[in-house]
Amino acid sequence: MADEIQDADAPSSELSSKDEDRVSVASNWKLVWWRFRKNRLAVASAIVLLMFYAVVLVPDFFGNQDPEATDAFLAFIPVQRISFFDNTGFNPSVPDVVGTRNAVTLKMEWVPDETVRIPIALFVRGYKYKVLDLFETDIHLIDAKDPKSKGRPHFLGTDRLGRDQWSRMMFGTRTSMTVGLVAVALSMILGVLLGGISGYFGGWLDMVIQRVIELLQSLPTIPIWLMMTAALPQDWRPEQVFLAITIILAFIGWTTLAREIRGRFLSLREEDFILAAELAGCSHLRIILRHMVPAFTSHIIAASTLAIPVMIISETSLSFLGLGIRPPAISWGVLLQEAQNIQTVALAPWLMFPGLVVIIAVLAYNLVGDGLRDAADPYGH
Amino acid sequence: MTSPSTTPLLEVKNLRKYFPIQKGFFKKTIGNVRAVDDVSFFVEEGETLGLVGESGCGKTTASRCVVRAIAPSSGQMLFRTGEGQVVDLARLDRAALRPLRPQMQMIFQDPYSSLNPRMNLFEIVGEPLLINGLVNRKQRTDQVAELLQLVGMRPEYMQRFPHAFSGGQRQRIGIARALSVHPRLVVADEPVSALDVSVQAQILNLLLDLQQRLNLTYIFVAHNLGVVKHICDRVAVMYVGKLAEMAKTGEMFHQPRHPYTAALMAAVPVADPRVRSGDVELKGEVPSPANPPSGCYFHPRCAYAAEVCRTQPPDFREISPGHFVACHRSEEIELPGISLE
Amino acid sequence: MNAQNGPLLSVRDLKTYFMMDEGVVKAVDGVSFDVHAGQIFGIVGESGCGKSVTVKSILRIVEAPGKIVHGQILLRRSRQDGTGGEEELDLAKLDARGQEIRSIRGAQIALIPQEPMASFSPVHTIGNQIVETIMLHQPIDRKAARNLACDMLKDVGVPMPERRLDEYSWQLSGGLRQRAIIAMALSCNPRLLIADEPTTAVDVTTQAQVLRLLRQLQRERNSAIIFITHDLGVIAQMADFVMVMYLGLVMEQGPVDDIFHAPKHPYTQALLRSIPSIRSQPRVSLPTISGSIPHPFNKPSGCPFHPRCIKRMPGRCDARTPALQAVGDKQLVSCFLYHDVEGSE
Repeated sequence: MADEIQDADAPSSELSSKDEDRVSVASNWKLVWWRFRKNRLAVASAIVLLMFYAVVLVPDFFGNQDPEATDAFLAFIPVQRISFFDNTGFNPSVPDVVGTRNAVTLKMEWVPDETVRIPIALFVRGYKYKVLDLFETDIHLIDAKDPKSKGRPHFLGTDRLGRDQWSRMMFGTRTSMTVGLVAVALSMILGVLLGGISGYFGGWLDMVIQRVIELLQSLPTIPIWLMMTAALPQDWRPEQVFLAITIILAFIGWTTLAREIRGRFLSLREEDFILAAELAGCSHLRIILRHMVPAFTSHIIAASTLAIPVMIISETSLSFLGLGIRPPAISWGVLLQEAQNIQTVALAPWLMFPGLVVIIAVLAYNLVGDGLRDAADPYGH
Repeated sequence: MTSPSTTPLLEVKNLRKYFPIQKGFFKKTIGNVRAVDDVSFFVEEGETLGLVGESGCGKTTASRCVVRAIAPSSGQMLFRTGEGQVVDLARLDRAALRPLRPQMQMIFQDPYSSLNPRMNLFEIVGEPLLINGLVNRKQRTDQVAELLQLVGMRPEYMQRFPHAFSGGQRQRIGIARALSVHPRLVVADEPVSALDVSVQAQILNLLLDLQQRLNLTYIFVAHNLGVVKHICDRVAVMYVGKLAEMAKTGEMFHQPRHPYTAALMAAVPVADPRVRSGDVELKGEVPSPANPPSGCYFHPRCAYAAEVCRTQPPDFREISPGHFVACHRSEEIELPGISLE
Repeated sequence: MNAQNGPLLSVRDLKTYFMMDEGVVKAVDGVSFDVHAGQIFGIVGESGCGKSVTVKSILRIVEAPGKIVHGQILLRRSRQDGTGGEEELDLAKLDARGQEIRSIRGAQIALIPQEPMASFSPVHTIGNQIVETIMLHQPIDRKAARNLACDMLKDVGVPMPERRLDEYSWQLSGGLRQRAIIAMALSCNPRLLIADEPTTAVDVTTQAQVLRLLRQLQRERNSAIIFITHDLGVIAQMADFVMVMYLGLVMEQGPVDDIFHAPKHPYTQALLRSIPSIRSQPRVSLPTISGSIPHPFNKPSGCPFHPRCIKRMPGRCDARTPALQAVGDKQLVSCFLYHDVEGSE
């Protein structure tokens, strides 16, 4: 028997002794992380998402003006070009704009005045703001060097009400990226709960929940959204509207996740190690929480990550149509409302920039989600 | 069926497990898959009973009924507990069953699905201990170390995860987990079928060794007759949910009394080119347990079938001491057996 | 077994490697053997030995990232240019997706796969698929092909073949499906049949029937069969000639009687001792092979079996890899106990 003891342990993993030790004691999460790391595209996208969420945390830091300050005289300023060098050396600046009234159309026209320049710098002092309601500061990422200068830099131009698009973009990012996240979190809770009950207990409960899911999924989504958002009272505060929109989005989104969870529960139930846990005397709760849930947590996270871009686009579309987040709240969809007509698009094309940002965010999420899914289940769907 | 002198550890009487076949929107039951169809056997303490048969014979379902992984449709399963009481496992509800669970454990066939890939060895082998009251982590660690050594694994591997181990090693871990709660009855469901040939012998030797040391009682489910012969004291052959024959291993192999048993043994190819084997004229296919033939289930394929076999199902009776068979013509026919090499 | 002027199939030093992220898996690392017409050639080995990859290499159906990196697979066939006589075609050199190999697959060399369920399409009838195979290789019309398919099913013992032709694979039982697969494989009368674990997934009584059938068909048509299995009992009953593989290399080769009654290689000997047989004494401890099969990434240096070998010679067996050399009339072995010739790297 002593012979057996040594021999039973001939190492079977594929790496050198030290690496073998590392891999053997690696929990599933570590393995997932290692596989994810190898996917360079996913990692790059993850970094992009992290940058987005940095903006979500402190939009004031990244912006440099009050996003709601209007000034009729500053309407439709185009994107200002930054020049990095002048005759004094490295001196980044943007040209100030000079407005002249067009004699024929009587509209203000803005022309960059190359002679008057506004120097810009990083980490400049600007208006005061609170970081996450914790402490006050007045540092901004990029702004005019001289806080008192009259001309302000408009890196993304202004809209018809003279609002600085760059700063509005930052606040729009905060709203749009948060709605997606919260809506998916809600879906996840609903989906795991109902999908789990459906899959674990089966029987009539399963049947009822499945029919409800099928019903919800066969409803046409856009009309439903339109109905629900149109039903929101006009006098609600932006925060209430925000919450309502998130709930509405989650309302339909949970069904897909629930079906996936149910499928996983059904297949897991047949695994021998679940039976072994039952035979050891484990309660239903312990089996669900300790054995089944960890088996598919990585899949849920991957599926959820792939659901977020859907939410982002949904919110953007709703708000674009005027039925979602409403002004004065700012989201990408609200920003895109300004670009709804041909005139604007022809005269002020920079107002479509939020569309590009939506594309980047959605792409990044999709790549990260795909990467997570491949890392969590390299041989599966 | 007469019981032996001492009370057996487990006595199964008229066990039935039917799975309803449902059709239509309202799931009307139109028939039953008779997976286990009136099976009676017993197991003495300390011995190994083999349950053999081909696919669809019901051996896996019967073994799962015994440990109450599934509830039987009818019948009795009389188990003699550690305290000397005899309880009918078929009658107990989930709550009453819980304190008895440690006494009956199972070893599974597939080493890759029988261990939770997210838990390390300490958690896997230690969980039954934790569930059954051993909350102290230090004590659990010691016990797990002991158990791993018992099955021939190094205790230092406690922190490792199943993916680091081969099929044979995983089976050892599964055995350690089953033994952690000191079971008296262990149901082994084809524990070596999924392993490489060279590893099968290791695990079989381990099981034999553990049985001696810990006075375990095994119900060994298998389809490989060579393995069964090697490890079982007595063998029960199942066919389409019913028992065909049950006897001591040597006696059954040497002198089978049921045509199916004889055919089964004759069909096994022997690893010796000079011995003609594996060449049996058994026509037809194994019938489906949802639609078995009339009378004796084996009659359509039996070379010795008579009129009575077509109409009347045979009783499972004791034809000689300890040798049971379900065949009308068992006394009349002369069946070929396997001689020792 | 017929004495021909040369082997039907000659595999010479075949090496098939899988290039993976984590390293190179040398699934087949220098395998040579000959199959003669009308012979049943058995390949036996455990998981990771490379037996499946070997036959997949012959048929050129190795999945990416595997590829044949070395060696020849010489198939003897009649000359294609109509001048009569025979030629040798190196299958290893052919384009795996080309016309040439596709005309050989099914017609000259046919495969009986392990899982009959997986090799029949569930959305086409059996008849459909067999007829398709026949028409692919023979210039006959659909009606004639269907008659041929019906005859094939009859030959393999499928009752009511006319009806079965119009059924789907999932309507048949396991045994019938296996027979149908054999019918499809034989439909173009191949000279070489490759049976990849054809009875592993079936019951022992069905296995007996299938083996019986294969033996009978082989006798009638004089086709050669390469029979792969891990079951030594099946090999003993079926094969004329046996090759034992381990971790991508050939350990021993020889007539079946020599392999079972006079095994030379320690692996073969240990394997034969360790299997529980229905003819052995019950409840006796079996002699085992210590350790377990190493992971393909972790191949031992020198002889692949040496870490588990009770007769290993330190300094020799762990440093150099033995080559396959003759030890008797027809027996070949790769072991330094019998010779001192090294294999090529």
